[in-house]
Amino acid sequence: MQTSVLILVLAALTVLGFYLGRRRSVAVASGPTGVAQLHSLPSYYGYLTAIWCGVPAVLVFGFWMVFQDDIITHLVKADLSAETVADPGQLGLALNDIKNLVRGNITSRAADPAMIAAADHYQQLQTISRFALTVVIMAMAIGGIALSWNRISPALRARNQVETVVMVFLILCSTIAIFTTLGIVLSVLFESILFFRIVPVTDFLFGLEWSPQMAIREDQVGSTGAFGAVPLFAGTLLISGIAMLVAVPIGLMSALYLSEYASRSFRSAAKPVLEILAGVPTVVYGFFAALVVAPQVRGIGEAIGLSVSSESALAAGLVMGIMIIPFVSSLSDDVINAVPQAMRDGSYAMGATRSETIRRVIFPAALPGIVGGVLLAVSRAIGETMIVVMAAGLSSNLTANPLEAVTTVTVQIVTLLVGDQEFDSPKTLAAFALGLVLFVVTLTLNVIALHVVRKYREQYE
Amino acid sequence: MSNGIITGVGSPGRTIDAVRAGLDRRYRAERRFRLYGLSAIVLGLLFVTILFVTIIGNGYPAFQQTYVKLDIDFDPESLGIGDQRSTAALSGANYQALVRDALKLRFPEVTGRSDRRALNALISSGASHQLRDAVLDDPTIIGTRRSVWVPADDDVDQLVKGHMDRTADAGDRRLKDNQLVWLDQLQADGAIEMRFNTTFFTAGDSREPELAGIRGALMGSVFTLIGTLVLSFPIGVATAVYLEEFAPRNRWTDLIEVNINNLAAVPSIVFGLLGLAVFINFFGLPRSAPLVGGLVLTLMTLPTIIIASRASLKSVPPSIRDAALGVGASRVQTVTHHVLPLAMPGMLTGAIIGMAQALGESAPLLMIGMVAFIVDVPGSFTDPSTVLPVQIYLWADSPERGFVERTSAAIMVLLGFLILMNALAVLLRKRFERRW
Repeated sequence: MQTSVLILVLAALTVLGFYLGRRRSVAVASGPTGVAQLHSLPSYYGYLTAIWCGVPAVLVFGFWMVFQDDIITHLVKADLSAETVADPGQLGLALNDIKNLVRGNITSRAADPAMIAAADHYQQLQTISRFALTVVIMAMAIGGIALSWNRISPALRARNQVETVVMVFLILCSTIAIFTTLGIVLSVLFESILFFRIVPVTDFLFGLEWSPQMAIREDQVGSTGAFGAVPLFAGTLLISGIAMLVAVPIGLMSALYLSEYASRSFRSAAKPVLEILAGVPTVVYGFFAALVVAPQVRGIGEAIGLSVSSESALAAGLVMGIMIIPFVSSLSDDVINAVPQAMRDGSYAMGATRSETIRRVIFPAALPGIVGGVLLAVSRAIGETMIVVMAAGLSSNLTANPLEAVTTVTVQIVTLLVGDQEFDSPKTLAAFALGLVLFVVTLTLNVIALHVVRKYREQYE
Repeated sequence: MSNGIITGVGSPGRTIDAVRAGLDRRYRAERRFRLYGLSAIVLGLLFVTILFVTIIGNGYPAFQQTYVKLDIDFDPESLGIGDQRSTAALSGANYQALVRDALKLRFPEVTGRSDRRALNALISSGASHQLRDAVLDDPTIIGTRRSVWVPADDDVDQLVKGHMDRTADAGDRRLKDNQLVWLDQLQADGAIEMRFNTTFFTAGDSREPELAGIRGALMGSVFTLIGTLVLSFPIGVATAVYLEEFAPRNRWTDLIEVNINNLAAVPSIVFGLLGLAVFINFFGLPRSAPLVGGLVLTLMTLPTIIIASRASLKSVPPSIRDAALGVGASRVQTVTHHVLPLAMPGMLTGAIIGMAQALGESAPLLMIGMVAFIVDVPGSFTDPSTVLPVQIYLWADSPERGFVERTSAAIMVLLGFLILMNALAVLLRKRFERRW
């Protein structure tokens, strides 16, 4: 049976289970008048039956899907010659060919009889597996209904059992956040440790040269594979720095103007328009940077006699700054509004003008919150990918000149991982090491920022 | 201001003078500061305007495509099929020859191989597909002669739209002098026309700008988003309900909360690394599949949905819960019968905003291989596919002028969907928001 059909049939059986369970409960309670004898409402008996029907079947289905391929592959391996199995590269190729043969795709070489036999075996096993899966799932679903049907009696505490299942589901869902974090840490850390076995940590963190192309042949020139990440860190900082130079003054000043000067109607019109900038996908900014801003920057630079790279850090940084403006302005807006009105009134009563009040009273009072917001914005800038992938350079360059092309951590992660990867080459693993650095740095910034913001909030509450 | 006050201590007449003397300067500073603020806002608004004006200015011509009228002679001999009329023979026939013959007939004066090739280059290679579809639709047109509008090559399209400089040096031009002459003749005959570009909405990706469309990417986005919604909404709501309604305050729940807050700020590309290492490398799920894309985006949007759902649950007044518990409902019943329905509009708003975020996301999807060049429109959750933002990224890399225009048009479609989703969220909030 097709997988999708199987899922539909299972869903139908579950619904059927609900109705059967409910009817059964009314029947054992000797008709609608006796329902009051039941421990729970009739529908809870229905839910319980549906759970017995659906949940075990779905669990088995999931495990089957995960392990089916491995088991079949393992069985097919027995058909292949010993020397093919011994060499992992050969084995992978042969298995790939068998799978392609089964699907009717193009194989890497002409199929020999042994290969065709193996493919037939593979297909046969697949058919058996699918058939067995259908039988097992159906048996479990129907068996679940039957079991539950037999258990139903007025004394059965159906509601409590259903609610226990619901609570287990809720708790499982809430642990997903922890598992995600754990998954990120483990996957990045695991590959990074493999990487640091080949390239020492100190070389990676303090090396001044980055050229991840590894030599394929011994005598190849210029591809020694240097993994010193300092140029990437410098490039990331340069672009993020330019972005902050754009975003912080504009974002902060517009937040101050909107909360202290603007009329209510101006504020309610301008604020949503500024926030549009936050909703624009980053790929659009990347396109804007590469197509509009970079040529403009280059043109202006050449007009005043400067040589500007077409992938200058300045263009990428400027556009990234535009992207972050609403982020800075809405965070600052929150903290500025949290400054008690009494402080403003006190300052005005002393005869201070508005700008004096802002500069000497509101700004110092809101400073911790603003710093927290800026830190969050920095972490956003460091992790931003699409703008730099599209508008910044690819080759590493250790420079502080914003008119030259630099590359960043995220750009390198993307270039190293897009396309085919082998998980044993330092080139691929280097991307995970960079990911680890990125994760640790942004996490630290976030923790500090959240801490600062929370501390500040407590001060005025 | 402090200077004036300090020097004026003890002599009231002089204090006010000192204050007055400083007033001018202070008011100037005030006006200056106000101007800075205003100019910051104006700059921000200017950026929004420039962004939209460039995108729309670049993109709107892509909704039009140039077509050329050719008198096609559906001659079975040229098609190379003779008397055969089977579907296999018809679909394998030589339709390119029909286009060439029609051009030969229209411009009999053009001889010589290179000139002929230049002439044929004016018509898109998609013309033969169009003719094939027409013949397969209605085989009786074989042997007749008809006027057919076929798509022009992207260079011709750009010329007709005025994006190519006719006066430029012939070496810098994509179209040569003789090609321009032929096009002028066609134009004089009324055989060149601009039409609405339906290909853009019905085709998958292509190397030829005039044949490239966003349908494949759009379907990929739809499958990915369905996967994301189906997974992230129930999980997000369940997490929020547990944390807000049931969870005891202890270390464990604190840990969950800290995790959720941190995940909200993790760069999206890190989720891509997770997807690559765990879903593809460890579990062996297929690369480039919307299924994996949906899983990765689920993990990414979960914090957004959880945070919005919790805020929505918090806004339901405790009296509702107390009343339900008071008449004997269990805690689960209280939540499912009373609290959840009241909090649902807020949760849906959060979900829509999360989905809008997922729709615009591309960085993590690059990691899991959704950047391939895929011509076919995906039909299921496991077909290789790409999504709209990634298609934009891919087209933005293509050098042809025709792709610049199509990239901008694809951005317009993407922004259109995002605006629609956000408007829906605002509407939902306005319509169902309840003040207790």
